[in-house]
Amino acid sequence: MLLRLARPAAALGLAAALVAAVLLALGASPLAALGALGEGAFGNWLAATDTLVKTTPLVFTGLAVAIAFRGALWNIGAEGQLVMGALAAGACGLALEGWPRPIGVALVLAAGAAGGALWGGVCGWLRERRAVSEVISTIMLNFVAAEILSYAVHGPLMEPGLGYPESAPIARAAELWTFALPSRLNAGMLLAVLLAVAAWLWMFHSRRGFELRAMGLNRRAAAFFRIPVARLGIAAMALSGALAGVGGAVQVSAITHRLYESFSPGWGYEAIAVALVARLNPLAVLPAALLFGALDNGAQAMQRAHGVSPELVQVIQAVVILVLLVFDTPAWAGLRIAKGDLASSPALAVGAETVAGGGGGDA
Amino acid sequence: MLELFLASTIAMATPILLAALGELLVELSGVINIGIEGAMLAGAFAGLAAADVSGSLALGLLAAVAAAVALNALLALMVVNLGVNQVVAGTALDILALGLTGVFYRRMFGLTGSAVVVRQMGAIALGPLAHLPLVGRALFTQNALVYLAFAMVPLMSRGIARTRYGLRLRAAGERPEAADALGLGVYRLRWEALLAAGVLTGLGGAFLTLGYAGTFVEGMSAGRGFVALAVVILGRWKAWGCAAAALLFGAAMALQFGLQALGTAIPYQAFLALPYALTLVVLALVGGQTDAPSALGAPYLRD
Repeated sequence: MLLRLARPAAALGLAAALVAAVLLALGASPLAALGALGEGAFGNWLAATDTLVKTTPLVFTGLAVAIAFRGALWNIGAEGQLVMGALAAGACGLALEGWPRPIGVALVLAAGAAGGALWGGVCGWLRERRAVSEVISTIMLNFVAAEILSYAVHGPLMEPGLGYPESAPIARAAELWTFALPSRLNAGMLLAVLLAVAAWLWMFHSRRGFELRAMGLNRRAAAFFRIPVARLGIAAMALSGALAGVGGAVQVSAITHRLYESFSPGWGYEAIAVALVARLNPLAVLPAALLFGALDNGAQAMQRAHGVSPELVQVIQAVVILVLLVFDTPAWAGLRIAKGDLASSPALAVGAETVAGGGGGDA
Repeated sequence: MLELFLASTIAMATPILLAALGELLVELSGVINIGIEGAMLAGAFAGLAAADVSGSLALGLLAAVAAAVALNALLALMVVNLGVNQVVAGTALDILALGLTGVFYRRMFGLTGSAVVVRQMGAIALGPLAHLPLVGRALFTQNALVYLAFAMVPLMSRGIARTRYGLRLRAAGERPEAADALGLGVYRLRWEALLAAGVLTGLGGAFLTLGYAGTFVEGMSAGRGFVALAVVILGRWKAWGCAAAALLFGAAMALQFGLQALGTAIPYQAFLALPYALTLVVLALVGGQTDAPSALGAPYLRD
């Protein structure tokens, strides 16, 4: 157990050293920058609650990526699925004036899940039935989703009478409950924790979850054992998309209360770093998302204090992913380092699926 | 109008074609490079930054190539030697390039918002051909990168299909174990493909800043690298196919300027989304990966 924690910790240490090197190259003091980052993320009550606010969408998208990657489904499209979820939720929320709030909130969340599930499910279908790599299709649909949202807030959903590319506020009935004002703490965070637990139970204590992991380890063997890999692939992509979509719905319902372009700073991509740090374990997505949520929140303070632009967060994400990949690489397997660890994260370490043979063959 | 559309199509197709030809080599060797978008962006930024600082277009092009080659070398180390997951590593490189170009752009050029503008590569008129009606300006009055991109197509087509090296490259992508057993050196072939792709992708990025816009905007590659990935699939892993697919996307992108200028009722977002949606529709129709190299994307480590 200790060894299993030691390796990610060492990986994060190495990542921190690389980021410090980038900071030095920029002429900033890494320690001072780190101080500003910590201050910005947890320095006071409002900063700390805002860190939680920025963590929430990362939990949803992180879960989406973790589930897909477990099945060796390379969903790079959590971003688009989040956007479509937000759009569906927003459109639904605009139409709910006068509804009872519990029903309104449930409908908005369901709309978000449906929007995301559609966007992910299409890629699952294209993969399993038309042999189109989900890597390509999810990336393409990220761009399409952004344009659809742009069209919606410039066109049919634009607030009448105002010239801004944003929708009117959603109905009160569509707003998630918030507490501890003036912070932006809200019920969406509780939902995120609940879904993380549910995803963990599903992945490790249900038959379908077992089948998904088996498919991720070795698709051919899974098919041999009568696991319906093609249908499971489509369903898992839809489920993955639904989780990201709920994340979009929560953002609209609890935080922005209206639709506008570019509301996501790239949560769908950041989710890949979150899921990898969590080693594709849904429960571990919670602390991993908190780590990156704190980074995102603290980075803004770092920019104010030290003039390091917030894009540094993306550098950190990338470095963390690369370092974790290297730490998990099968090249070390021959050295017999923590063999159990490799087995715990099969899809990444082994990745036996080819892009060419991944889909369609056994449909 | 038609002449402008043709010229615009060629210009839009060029960076995509350069990147796609590089990706073609990489994929034939058995590697998929999702980091191509990042390499292109890095090339675009490094090209502009170097040209701005040095005042030399040649140094700009060199820097663009160096930046993209560096990213591809990092990917080669990760996926060829260490055998890590290619899709995830490539995605990380995209994020890395987006972050690094953003950080350094602000560091070098400040937050003032005043865009850096450099002198662009000049168009070279190809003698009397440039005076042909309709196609003269579109095809024969372009900058050097355009000519390079399209000249590469027959060269690469022949090189892949008819040379010993092309055969070895394809062997590495189809049956890496067998290729290694024959002593072809799969690691070396994949490294070479990735480095060559770095050169082409870097030039594709340089085209965006030095050959077309004359300035840099954060994230300005705007998915063109990803489109190049799709172009390789649509082109059925053939150089001529890539050229045709790149021109199709170039036309889709050029259309958006033309139709916006005409002022149609169709929302402009439809045109912006067109290349991406088109990719999916065409892939769904032709079937995605059926002609792909057999070992594409699979980590291969020597025992």
